[in-house]
Amino acid sequence: MSVPKDLRYTKTHEWIRREGDVAVLGITHYAQDQLGEVVYVELPDAGTRAAPGEELGTLESVKAVSELFSPVGGEVIAVNERLTDAPHLVNDDPFGEGWLVKIKISEEPELLDAAAYEKLVAEESQ
Amino acid sequence: MRRRPLRNERLIFEHNRERRARGRYELPPLDVPAVDAGSVLPEEQVREPLADLPDLGELDVVQHFHRLSQMNFAVDEGLYPLGSCTMKYNPRVNEVAARLGGFTALHPLQPASQVQGALRVMWELDQVLKTITGMDGVTLQPAAGAHGELAGMLMIRKALEARGEHREEVLIPDSAHGTNPASATFAGFEAVEIASGPDGTVDMEALDRMMTDRVAGIMLTVPNTLGVFEPRIVEIAELVHGRGGLVYMDGANLNAFLGKALPGAMGADALHINLHKTFSTPHGGGGPGAGAVAVSRGLVPHLPVPRVIRDGDAFEILWDDPASIGPMRGFYANFLILVRALTYIWGLGAEGLAETAEVAVLYANLVRHRLTSAYHLEYDAPSLHEVVFDDAFQRAHGVTNVDISKRLLDYGFHPPTMSFPLIVHGALMIEPTESPAPEEVEAFCEAMLAIAREAEESPELLHEAPHETPVRRVDEVEAARHPTLRWEPSEKS
Repeated sequence: MSVPKDLRYTKTHEWIRREGDVAVLGITHYAQDQLGEVVYVELPDAGTRAAPGEELGTLESVKAVSELFSPVGGEVIAVNERLTDAPHLVNDDPFGEGWLVKIKISEEPELLDAAAYEKLVAEESQ
Repeated sequence: MRRRPLRNERLIFEHNRERRARGRYELPPLDVPAVDAGSVLPEEQVREPLADLPDLGELDVVQHFHRLSQMNFAVDEGLYPLGSCTMKYNPRVNEVAARLGGFTALHPLQPASQVQGALRVMWELDQVLKTITGMDGVTLQPAAGAHGELAGMLMIRKALEARGEHREEVLIPDSAHGTNPASATFAGFEAVEIASGPDGTVDMEALDRMMTDRVAGIMLTVPNTLGVFEPRIVEIAELVHGRGGLVYMDGANLNAFLGKALPGAMGADALHINLHKTFSTPHGGGGPGAGAVAVSRGLVPHLPVPRVIRDGDAFEILWDDPASIGPMRGFYANFLILVRALTYIWGLGAEGLAETAEVAVLYANLVRHRLTSAYHLEYDAPSLHEVVFDDAFQRAHGVTNVDISKRLLDYGFHPPTMSFPLIVHGALMIEPTESPAPEEVEAFCEAMLAIAREAEESPELLHEAPHETPVRRVDEVEAARHPTLRWEPSEKS
């Protein structure tokens, strides 16, 4: 199961990639696999304030509805509009075209590195 | 294998295209002057062109809907082990009672003096539900379980306000019914999740830590959605009460301990009772439902209005009560559902109700015993009325709970509840209820065992299931991603 080394992770299976003072946020390959085929993605509007650990949106699959938690604090500056018509991108390319939102970071708690996240997934999969 | 209709049924609009009606109904000639709609209605209310309504004969219509009904799977057809839904048999005597002219010919605005019998039915049901739950007051108003949850949470809110307290949070275990957090939120609270301990019951240390003075109370499903009884329920209630909170109990699974244990004695302050589950009134498309709520003494003043009250030998309707949360809906309740529930309760009596719970628990444990070798059990605490397996053994062969459920249709059984509770990955939640004959439960177990063997030997058979139904595997993902919500003619006729 793929866990890119250059990203950081949460225990709730989100990832972020730093681009300057902006965090690109998505859910991991493991998360999309657990969720099953995503059929609907509800994301916040640009301008929304995000706080670490707080709910930022929901992802809906045929099986379940799952919450998206913000790994960082800050302001949502962009959302992936393509997901409205193509929610399957979250499954097809969770670390790339299936990104969810971009947040201008004002608060950044300590997150897991790839090795720590891999360990977490290994524990959960048992 | 049971008989199933062999072909799919076209939409009623599609019948229309090919064969103009035999024996169609003709409207009588107009006996008033014809008026052009455009001359008397606002423009936006005039339809142009006219709707192309189906043009069929009476027999065509009857056969269409009859065939559709045969494509359905019903409790009357066989075992319907849809976990957490208590799909028990709806005795026909309930229908006889509900069709009595004295009930069906009533008008909701008739004066109380003319509907004493109907009011007595409500009052009697009120009394018997208090006895069954060991609680102090009952409302029959809510139209469904979740509506009952909302009524209960609004009463809790009102009681706290009456004490001059403002508490924002409600604690809800992750094994609770999915409607619980929604009801708490709708009542203005913030739902906070408590994780289950390793045995699937509430983690007391977490509860102790989280039960602060910001917390209005806890919503607890007993037994929970794993079919596991909360052994520390009294302790939980004492802790919550001791810190000024109230206990909402989700009674959706009341069938598990009917006549055996009293929610009142467990410390519940509000409890909804799904009359359409536990007390055998039709549901699952056949509703309407009824979610009566029983409450403890402290919440009685806040019960919704209207309420039926007894004055000597006469029954009256109380329309207004200053401390009440007010009406939960128009008029009184889904009245004929109440008639059915009372018929069922009186028909069985106290001993019969207790036996209901015994057989429901016995059957769930029979299924558990028979299937444990073939299906994985994530939580192995003792089962009450339902048992939650999952697809962990079958996933090794690429077979999921969806495949297993679809294959069950070929064996002539309704599938269990799938993928719920969420704390069990690939869940298969089985609730046989007390209704089926033992042979039917055994036949279901045999089918599940056969499917487990098929999963190992020929997984593709399961991936493609169902094979015997008029509609084969539907594409749920495509349906959810690109729903077609309105039929349109493919070509103009």
